[in-house]
Amino acid sequence: MSLMLRIKRVPTVVSNYQKEEAEEGARRAGGCGRNCFNKCCLPGAKLPLYAYKRADSIANEKSLVGLEDSEAPMAFLDSLVLGEWEDRMQRGLFRYDVTACETKVIPGKNGFIAQLNEGRHLKKRPTEFRVDKVLQPFDGNKFNFTKVGQEEVLFQFEASGDGEAQFFPEAPIDAENSPSVVAINVSPIEYGHVLLIPRILDCLPQRIDHESFLLALHMVVEADNPFFRLGYNSLGAFATINHLHFQAYYLAVPFPVEKASTKKTTTLGNSAVKVSELRNYPVRGLVFEGGNTLEDLSNAVSDSCVCLQENNIPYNVLISDCGKRIFLFPQCYAEKQAMGEVRSELLDTQVNPAVWEISGHMVLKRKEDYEGASEENAWRLLAEVSLSEERFQEVKALVFEAISCSLSDADTASQNPSEEDVEDQSAEDMLAMQQGSHTAIIAGTHDCLVIQ
Amino acid sequence: MESLLALIEQSFNGRYSRHVTEALDELPDSFTITDPSICGHPIVFASRGFLKMCGYSKEEVIGQNGRIFQGPGTNRRSVMEIREAIREERTVQLNLLNYRKDGTPFWMLFHMNPVFSKEDGRVIHFVAVQVPLSGRRSRRSSANFSEDIMFGSCRREVCSDSFLEVDRVLEFNSVPDSDSAGVEIDEPCEASELDKGRVASAINSIMSILTHYSESTGRLVCGKKRSCYGTSVLGSSITISLGRIKQSFVLADMHLPDLPIVYASDAFLKLTGYSRHEVLGRNCRFLSGMVTDPSTLLYIKESIRAERPCTVRILNYRKDGSTFWNLLHISPVRDASGKNAYFVGVQIEEGSCRNQDGDGLSVEMRQRSTVGAVRVALRTLSMSAGSSRSG
Repeated sequence: MSLMLRIKRVPTVVSNYQKEEAEEGARRAGGCGRNCFNKCCLPGAKLPLYAYKRADSIANEKSLVGLEDSEAPMAFLDSLVLGEWEDRMQRGLFRYDVTACETKVIPGKNGFIAQLNEGRHLKKRPTEFRVDKVLQPFDGNKFNFTKVGQEEVLFQFEASGDGEAQFFPEAPIDAENSPSVVAINVSPIEYGHVLLIPRILDCLPQRIDHESFLLALHMVVEADNPFFRLGYNSLGAFATINHLHFQAYYLAVPFPVEKASTKKTTTLGNSAVKVSELRNYPVRGLVFEGGNTLEDLSNAVSDSCVCLQENNIPYNVLISDCGKRIFLFPQCYAEKQAMGEVRSELLDTQVNPAVWEISGHMVLKRKEDYEGASEENAWRLLAEVSLSEERFQEVKALVFEAISCSLSDADTASQNPSEEDVEDQSAEDMLAMQQGSHTAIIAGTHDCLVIQ
Repeated sequence: MESLLALIEQSFNGRYSRHVTEALDELPDSFTITDPSICGHPIVFASRGFLKMCGYSKEEVIGQNGRIFQGPGTNRRSVMEIREAIREERTVQLNLLNYRKDGTPFWMLFHMNPVFSKEDGRVIHFVAVQVPLSGRRSRRSSANFSEDIMFGSCRREVCSDSFLEVDRVLEFNSVPDSDSAGVEIDEPCEASELDKGRVASAINSIMSILTHYSESTGRLVCGKKRSCYGTSVLGSSITISLGRIKQSFVLADMHLPDLPIVYASDAFLKLTGYSRHEVLGRNCRFLSGMVTDPSTLLYIKESIRAERPCTVRILNYRKDGSTFWNLLHISPVRDASGKNAYFVGVQIEEGSCRNQDGDGLSVEMRQRSTVGAVRVALRTLSMSAGSSRSG
């Protein structure tokens, strides 16, 4: 394909060391002498290390024992993130005080959240971004997270070696072991806005793989706070830095997408991961829940992401509810923008619908947009982001083929206590089930039966 | 755990006269009463009917949070809906899948109601009624097929002759599109009018008893929140979030004269020896005494006036007169308007190698994580129409 799709936008500054592209290229590689996060400055450096307990055992173990929720005492990781963040705030590392940005819930059924943040976006020359390729190779000349200052990195986040969670207040940074780290976003959307950068020194491009997604999911599980959510934007879906990273922050209200109803599509046979479709929500998406183990849930999602990546479909992911619900949104807004198909009044708001906006949290830079924010125009903006029903069903079929949903018949269903009481099923219901199931059977893969 | 049981006992004894539990025990219905002001929002009362329904003993249930009855099949949106109703101090009614002690799941019609203090509008308790649902199929052909979640915004007037009035029942999400043939089979049972009637009568009985037994202590309760109060009251949404913080800290309201304390953590009460009602509404200066350095006090006063954070080492006095060195950190905190609204004061007793969490956090880190958690909690204060801040 010779035509390249591009859009122009001003990239968000996430680090105090992030310069404009022209300046980036001019910098010599290596040996900067300014305490960055690369091999030149790391030797001898120390950083707290949080080693999480791998959740090998049954998923939902925590909920059965009653350990999670907004009412239980704060988890240690929660305290660590908040404490380190507050520390950086007091040290003046952020470009502005995000808590000074007025915020409100827009009246209406969905409860979209709007924030007036005039300082987030720079009045700078917009940069060009290629939006037609979800997979792009890492480019060392561009800004990446090894260029951040060490003071912007809060702690290392790794799996514990011995099956118990541990904390080391001053651990050396083992460059050979390629640590995963949590860093601040100096242009925060909300309090506690951090970046999770898996294996930072490996300089992985922005693309999801099993290991990194599982790391991200573990972080949400460990934080144990339903108001701490983690998101991912693929290239083409408004990620601007092509260095693998996830984002997370705190907001103590439900996100509109979390309140939206869902229509169950299928349960994956072996892993018992339940996949549903969003209903009555402007953006079409899939919801992943359950699973025999946390890894099962993680792999179902990362397999889906890999499938989208390989099919060049931009997407966003939201991990919510302490890791119990994961939303996947394929989107096409950037492509539309590049083709000039987006209405100017939407473009004027300069809202780039990444995962947070899609989930219902909008950061607005103009006062008039904030004052005039309504459920209707929030819905309209997000509806532009969504794939059409037709296209979404196509993409869904692709994804299901990839995550190889296996036969999940009535027998398996009755063993799962959340399913219907099979004994009571009347003939009428069986018929309805089969009628409803045709939408998800993929042509040629007749072994995929849908439980409705 | 011992002090938790003491708190639970106080939850009832402080509010209702004796024999309230006997009166509640006479009711045949299944219900629980929880106290959101105790960290963890635990169950403080469980009816005989409830224990019979779920198969647990009283000792296994009292002090636990309601989530122990949830499990992998419990709809996550329902859980979230209940959580939001608690935080917003309103009624909720929905079908919920719970698990008995033996692990078997069952559906029930779940209804939860706040109980307000008549004098200051604080939520004293939540009452939850459970009506088990039998395995009837839902009527899919019905044109008014309702979503699996429905929440009722029920305003209850509790007078001497109490009755249940449902002002309006809102659908949490609109009725499904006509083109969606797929139906939620996760929701096999629909509550009948009979079930809803049972809920209504149970709530009536319980509220009658609570109202009656609160009259004699003079600390009345009611089912309706009054909206005009002199002192600022932090709603459940905030107090539940703040209840998660195990550090000693207080919140003072900047908009009220003389910066009264509007929230004090359990750890603060334990550190200083005061009870909650002895500190709420007062300015923090009662912690200072004869030997407290006046220049430190002046510095604090200056910082507060400039709405600037400060960290000091100050000699403070407990209720019993004993002193301790307080590593005090004070910071202004904003609410959803983006403007400073509260001061948070975090106290760490010098020399206390007390690591309640068994953690490796330094003194400064513990202070900051408390401030951070407070910022997150207050960030959404006065954010929405159903704001939990009254007055």
